[in-house]
Amino acid sequence: MSSATLAGLVGAALVGLGLYGVIADPQPLRKILAFNLIGSGVFLVFGIVARKGAAAGLSADPVPQGMVITGIVVAFAASALAVALTLRLFEETGRATLRPDAGTKPPDDGADAE
Amino acid sequence: MSLALDLFSIAAISAGVFFFLAGTVGLLRFPDALSRLHALTKADNLGLGLIVLGLLPRAESLLAALMLVAIWALVQLAGATAAQLIGRAVRRKGPAI
Amino acid sequence: MSVLQALDVGLALLVFAVAAWTVFAPGPFAATVGYVVYGLLLSLVWIRLFAVDVALTEAAIGSGVTGVLLIGAAARLRGAETTPAEEALTGLTRLFAAGLCLLVVAALAAVVLLLPDQGPTLAPQSMERLPETGLGNPVTAVLIAFRSFDTMLEKVVLVLGVVGVWSLAADRYWGGAPGEARAERPEPTLAFFAQMLAPIGILVGVHVFWVGADEPGGAFQGGAILAAMWMIVMMARLTEAPQASAFWLRLALIAGPAVFLAAGVAGAVVAGGFFAYPPGLAKPLILFIETFMTFTIAVTLPMLVAGPPRREPRR
Repeated sequence: MSSATLAGLVGAALVGLGLYGVIADPQPLRKILAFNLIGSGVFLVFGIVARKGAAAGLSADPVPQGMVITGIVVAFAASALAVALTLRLFEETGRATLRPDAGTKPPDDGADAE
Repeated sequence: MSLALDLFSIAAISAGVFFFLAGTVGLLRFPDALSRLHALTKADNLGLGLIVLGLLPRAESLLAALMLVAIWALVQLAGATAAQLIGRAVRRKGPAI
Repeated sequence: MSVLQALDVGLALLVFAVAAWTVFAPGPFAATVGYVVYGLLLSLVWIRLFAVDVALTEAAIGSGVTGVLLIGAAARLRGAETTPAEEALTGLTRLFAAGLCLLVVAALAAVVLLLPDQGPTLAPQSMERLPETGLGNPVTAVLIAFRSFDTMLEKVVLVLGVVGVWSLAADRYWGGAPGEARAERPEPTLAFFAQMLAPIGILVGVHVFWVGADEPGGAFQGGAILAAMWMIVMMARLTEAPQASAFWLRLALIAGPAVFLAAGVAGAVVAGGFFAYPPGLAKPLILFIETFMTFTIAVTLPMLVAGPPRREPRR
């Protein structure tokens, strides 16, 4: 089994792990982490396609590599927006949860309104 | 001559790997954060230094060798800063952070 | 099994184990640290796939800058009260989720295993046209010359990300500065580290960008290193983040995509096609565009990490 196939299989496994993390973990930050795992797994599958396209003196096809670089940057931008949303949600409600009935933070400190 | 250099590389890199292993064992087995920090910083810096020393004879040019040494210096700088900051945080907030 | 194959198998198992730790770790902080380690191991996997530019990008942006973002978020969310007991999925739902994920993994693994050994590739065409661009690195040529439209749109996505993040500011903070104010007495350890590292980092960042024309490197990797230097100086509180209403900041954020777009439109006028580069002027034009791209990336990434403004704007 070549290194490229191994990397592709790892990529497939990472997509599965990430998908499970997105579904199963209730905290938004963990979902963002798992979403990044899915992204990097998909990029690894791109990587095996690039490696199998080795030709013309190059060790890997450059076009999928360019797409992966673009994808890494865009995934970072998406993560930054998601993290900003999560932090804002935490500032507004005092809890970091996606449940719709979480309610807003009590306006005065010290009163336990939960 | 090249055989001697290869043996030196193998010996230095093996010693470096041993130190990394020792540091990782310390990370996993020591009871509290400060002693784990101690094990990591001492062992990892020495381990990286030995690995860089072992890679120096195999560098392609003087510039590449200098870059290896610069990498070691930068990692030491980063590691020292991180260890200081973690140690300060542990001291402030207690061992259970 | 040769040594290299054993290394590949070991690396694959390690990457999978650390990723599993990231998903199943007890606390969000531990999971985030696991993600940073995972990113660095992943760049080793990319090197084994002979994609060195991607390895650099993954280490710099995927693991480095995303790690800063997530660790900062995990630290600030530490007081969040989620009660996992009431919110976690029931056992049956978890089983179904696991089954779905196994199905997805099986499908992807089947695709990976059924790929032909010598797949369709654009490498010959890239190498054929490479001398016309004057570059030596085919990945940089793909990014800036052959698929330049994609790269320009990606820069626009970064700008949209900043717009999205800034729009999350509370009304009274609109136009203010994110992050903390500059400290009277910055913490000595971090200040020393920032003062020692920033000049070296700027040099390395510019070098990685410049060398990307012919060797692995490029605008994204160099820009990410420059962004990291600005972030470390801001984290040491030796300087503070600029106000969101600062004109130079907004100019810097759009400089990259604006110059890129202008070059594309000029290509339509001068060289006969949208985003066509005039022959003979290709390399200087590409380096000109890349300079502004690197500058914009170095300004955009820290703004995305710093988040929405949290201090009142100064008049």
